[in-house]
Formats: sequence, structure tokens, C-alpha cells
Amino acid sequence: MNEMPNIEQAIKMTDSKISANKVQVYYGDNQAIKDVDIEIQPRSVTAFIGPSGCGKSTFLRTINRMNDTIDICRVEGSIKIDGEDIYDPKVDPVQLRAKVGMVFQKPNPFPKSIYDNIAYGPRIHGLAKNKSELDDIVSSSLQKAGLWEEVKNRLDEPGTGMSGGQQQRLCIARAIAVSPEVILMDEPCSALDPIATAKVEELIDELRENYTIVIVTHSMQQAARVSQRTAFFHLGILVEEGPTQDIFTNPKDKRTQDYITGRFG
Amino acid sequence: MSEHTVSAYDEELTEMAGKVAEMGGLAEKAFADAVSALVSRDLELAKTTIAQDERLDTLHQEVEAKLIEMIARRQPMGQDLREITAATRIANDLERVGDLAKNVAKRAIAIDNSLGSKKLAIGVEHMTELALNQLKQVLDAYTRKDPEAAKRVQEADAEVDAIYTSLFRELLTYMMEDPRVITQCVHLLFCAKNIERIGDHATNIAENVFYMVTGDRLPEERTKLDETTSVS
Repeated sequence: MNEMPNIEQAIKMTDSKISANKVQVYYGDNQAIKDVDIEIQPRSVTAFIGPSGCGKSTFLRTINRMNDTIDICRVEGSIKIDGEDIYDPKVDPVQLRAKVGMVFQKPNPFPKSIYDNIAYGPRIHGLAKNKSELDDIVSSSLQKAGLWEEVKNRLDEPGTGMSGGQQQRLCIARAIAVSPEVILMDEPCSALDPIATAKVEELIDELRENYTIVIVTHSMQQAARVSQRTAFFHLGILVEEGPTQDIFTNPKDKRTQDYITGRFG
Repeated sequence: MSEHTVSAYDEELTEMAGKVAEMGGLAEKAFADAVSALVSRDLELAKTTIAQDERLDTLHQEVEAKLIEMIARRQPMGQDLREITAATRIANDLERVGDLAKNVAKRAIAIDNSLGSKKLAIGVEHMTELALNQLKQVLDAYTRKDPEAAKRVQEADAEVDAIYTSLFRELLTYMMEDPRVITQCVHLLFCAKNIERIGDHATNIAENVFYMVTGDRLPEERTKLDETTSVS
């Protein structure tokens, strides 16, 4: 956060990674997201905050078309990544999700070994030509996730046997393994203790050098700690979006002010 | 502004603002009394003023402890964060005002009465009226959360500075005319300097009130009229 002005400047000079325009999401007749426009900057962390049911998770899931799996869900408007419409019929959602990885609230490692958890994605996407290339992907993914030193001698052990914090970092390593460009995180620390949370936050801060990260969080302190930009959602509307330090010290909208100061009735 | 979901938070904020306002009242009184003791040669008043400063210091410590506690427990954001930050700074300013007033009161005791210092002290009295008014206005602005009033205080500080410069010249002239008054004049000069600094603290408070309410900085366009550094 200390280097904000430079980051801000750097961000202004680049094009946005994700560009959403007039996005509407419906669950049956219920409209969950109304008219959301947002530009998400590359190689930075954007936090989505807002009360439960405000649509922040729903909107996050539109970015890798996770909502496709829900029958009654309908998405309108356009979401572009690097200028390409991800809802274009020609786009393969499976390929899209390799490019836009996701980490969930509860760590969900596969009931497989630590090694296979990481190797799974690269295998199905055919990213490794042989065993040694796959080994490299596994070790480098675990290294990037800051987990290598802790697990390098027990790669054959089940991923489900690790601590909650380690499991979550394993899930992040698994997401990294398929070389995504964007990583979506839906409350990645809500099931973790403060130390495991700090490790994940440290990891997020390192990852933003190479990835575009969007994180949904209920903890405003977490949003303040990890993100460069923050977006506040309320009742399916994107109320306010801006540099994190502005949102938390001097928000422009009264609804944002009320939410961040704990005044929502 | 609507209330917090956690009502104890509102009570804490109200209590904090109340204590800062109380510090303001004490600082104001100490300042008025110190100058009054100086001008009317009231040694008793000077002594009580000196003794009263302890109360302001204790209150300052209480406010500071409360503010740190609130930061730790509430993790303030937005308007609350600005109010708490502003209160911290304002409390520091008011504590300094108390110290400066105490110093004036000490000098009131030290000044030798035999040489008609009352005449000399009149200029100081006039300067005090202005600075005291600044302090009153800014404390009002804090309580009413009025950024416009804060802005006016900032702008009016130039006047205090201008009087200080002219007083500085006047006292220099007296000292040149009659070396016997040098000790007195130097004391008065320090008193004047203290008062000028009280004016500066009022300006600081004004800037903090403005930031607290609006989230923006007051533009620093005022002209500096304290020219004593270039008087030769």
C-alpha cells in the first residue's frame, strides 16, 4: 500500500484486463446484478466488498462463466478479457476457466496426492509433454504459492491431510498450474485463522506481479490490506469503485460510507 | 450521520469528541487567564493558571488512550477514521496551547512590575483578543463540524501574524530607547511569540476540522505575515 501513487500511475498507463459493460444477471425472474460497468486493471488486486446478497460473488462468477452451471441463471451485457467477449458462442468455457482460475471460500483439494492436485489441470489441458515437464510445473506452482518448502518431501501424501491454510494455498497453486492470467478468489480466507490468512494475503501480494486478481471478501480490513482498487456492491448495483485508500478514507457515496463504517441498518 | 450497528461505537465517538471539546475549553481558559494575569499583574491568577495545566495534560492522556483503544478495537474507516485521526491531532494542538499559556503565566510572574510594563503589555493584549477569538471559532467549527468556519479561521491567521510582526518591531524600539526595559521586553516578546504560536495551533486545528468533515485538504494559499525572521 505504501507505493500506491506509483502503482496508481502505472495502472493508469495500461489498458484494463477485464472490461464489463452493462452486465445484468438474473436468477429466473430475480435480477441479481443491475447495469454493472467496471474496468479491472491488469497485474493488480481488485477487491469486491458489500453486504451478503449484494451480488459481489455472483458478479465474480460471471468473469469465468461459473454461472453457466446454474440452469436458471442468465447473463446479459458484455464482459471482455483482453478485448475478447467471453460470452461469445465460440468461446469454450473450459478453456476460459484455465485462463481465469478460481479459488473458493472453503479449500477444496481433490482427494488425491498433493502432486496430483497440481498435476491434474496441466494433464487435462495437455500442458506438459512428459513427466519431467510436469514435475517442473508442479514444483514451480508450489513455489509460487509459497508451499514448496512445506510439502516437497511429502508430495505423495493426500492434499486433504494438510492444514486448512495449506490446503487453501494448495488450491491457489492448483489454479496457478494451468498458467492463468486472472485469478478469482471468493472469500479465500474466511475459513482460515489469522496466521494462515496472513500467509494467503502475502501470497496474493506476490502473485499480483504476474496475475490479475479479483477477490471477494467480507473483511474490509482484508480488502484494505490486499487490494489496490476496491468496488462496493449493494443490492446488485456497483455503487462505487476506486483506489482502495480513497474508498476507505474518503468514499464519495453515502452508502459506501455507511457500509465501511458499520452503519448499515 | 446515521448510527453504527454497534451502538457502543457511537457512544465512544461522542465521548471522545466531548473530551476534546473539554480540552478546548480548558485551553481557551488557560490562555485568557494567562494573558489577563500578565496585563493586570495578577500573580494569584498566574499561579492558578500554571497549576491548572495539569488538568489539561491529564485529559490529553485520557483522550490519547481512548483514541488508541478505539483504533485497536474498532478499526475505524471512512468518516470515523478521519474523526479519530483529527481528534488525535487536535488534542495534541490543544495540549500545546495549554503549555504555551502556562509559559505566559510564568512570565507574568517573572516580569518586574516597577517599570510600567502595563503599557507595554497592551499590544500583547490586543494580539490575544485576536488569537483567542481564532481559538474560540475553531473549537466551534469542530463541535459543529463546519468546514467553512474552519476555512475562515485559517484565513484569519495572517492577521495574528501581522500584529506579531508589528509588536516585535515596537518592543525592539523600546529596548533601543531604554535598556532598563530589556528584560521585560524580552519576556513580553516571548509572550507574543507564544500567542502567535497559539494562533498557529488554531490554524492546525482548522485544517484538521476541514479534513475531518470533507476528506480534503484545505488549500494552503494563505500568505505568511510573520515577517519577524527578516526584521533587521
